[in-house]
Amino acid sequence: MDRAATAEKIAELIEPFNKKGVAVTEATTFAGDLEWDSLTVMDFVAAIEDDFDIIISMNQQAEIETYGQLIDAVTKLQG
Amino acid sequence: MTDLFSKFDPLIEQRRALLAGGVEDPFNLVMERVISPTVAVCNGRETILLGTYNYMGMTFDPDVIAAGKQALDDFGAGTTGSRVLNGTYAGHRACEEALKEFYGMDHAMVFSTGYQANLGIISTIAGKGDYIVLDIDSHASIWDGCKMGDAEVVPFKHNDIVAMEKRLKRIPEGAGKLVILEGVYSMLGDIAPLKEMIRVAKENGAMVLVDEAHSMGFIGPNGRGVAENQGCLEDVDFVIGTFSKSVGTVGGFCVSNHPKFEILRLVCRPYVFTASLPPSVVHTAATSIRKLMHGKAKRDKLWESSRVLHKNLRDLGFQLGTPEAQSAIIAVIMPDLERGAAMWEALLHEGLYVNLARPPATPAGMTLLRCSLCAEHTVDQVQTIIGMFERAGKAVGII
Repeated sequence: MDRAATAEKIAELIEPFNKKGVAVTEATTFAGDLEWDSLTVMDFVAAIEDDFDIIISMNQQAEIETYGQLIDAVTKLQG
Repeated sequence: MTDLFSKFDPLIEQRRALLAGGVEDPFNLVMERVISPTVAVCNGRETILLGTYNYMGMTFDPDVIAAGKQALDDFGAGTTGSRVLNGTYAGHRACEEALKEFYGMDHAMVFSTGYQANLGIISTIAGKGDYIVLDIDSHASIWDGCKMGDAEVVPFKHNDIVAMEKRLKRIPEGAGKLVILEGVYSMLGDIAPLKEMIRVAKENGAMVLVDEAHSMGFIGPNGRGVAENQGCLEDVDFVIGTFSKSVGTVGGFCVSNHPKFEILRLVCRPYVFTASLPPSVVHTAATSIRKLMHGKAKRDKLWESSRVLHKNLRDLGFQLGTPEAQSAIIAVIMPDLERGAAMWEALLHEGLYVNLARPPATPAGMTLLRCSLCAEHTVDQVQTIIGMFERAGKAVGII
């Protein structure tokens, strides 16, 4: 899946987690803008992992702060 | 200059606001005198202890105390050395022999604390390029061990077998895999479906480590823990445990049947680079472990107390962490930190000590009053405790 298709799929997956209806851009941060706690992060990561059939380890998650970085990482992890 | 302490400001403010309301500081209690495993004098008040991990009441066992006193006379106050240099005394070996017998396993390694046992074993066996798959509700010592070891860390939803299996199947071919589980999860007092989880872990080529800190001595026909109770202890590669709960002193350990296990004594940094336990501690531990092998009557009594307290608190209308008593821990879920602290204080004034637990130690941001029972709690004490909960709960408006 290329970056555009990956971005489209992630946009769909983030919808139920974006409870405050924040307008998400590539620069949106998960901790700051979306104010997610660790459990929400885990559930969201699990949704992405299950949909794309990938693993995003905690080590990799530590490098992902923004929505754009997540799309990059998921695009890359699909190999 | 940036003040390195500014990161703690939100917590400092939360504490200030809580204490400004006049509530007694839940994290600053002093036990002035300890009368028995179940009673102490706290802040000048005689108090029933319902928040210790003294599950089997071994802290005041006469044989255990005698062994400690004798060791002080025979071996002195401390070892002043590492286990691998001058810090292995006869008592450390006696402890390891007792553990091997207790668990029926080939190898045992004693650490200075349970925290260090997890830190040391996990960080040493799972290194760079290996994968650790672990329950999201794992204890801090497990998380710290993961972080120290540089392995890829992959958490899954609490006790979710399918989520665990999916993650195991996605790990790249040929990578080393370690699954980490706990027998009893100490915040809610719930147990893991170990038999099924370990079967799935093994099918996917993973080694399995189970932390049985809160089940040792109590759960299972021989008190070996949840894995023994579910009939899957022989499939566990590493059992981690502690002396600071049922054993009644301090220290940690790992037992295993792995043929190369002994090499860990040379490569495990939290084992090598710290002083070993004092002689009095290892002699009390060894004596206590051997007595726990024959603790069936105490185990039965503790189960009875746990079930009675759970049922009565539930019937009073408290929200509990488990649908039935699964361990010696009964977690009472509080609506928020403020009312949790008020309830904690009301109980203390009644003469009852429980643990107030709050995030980040608790799952899902919960505030909990954690009750942990002891085999030495009498039937009368359990009834007294239930009455105290009823009065305090009504006074604070939780029931």
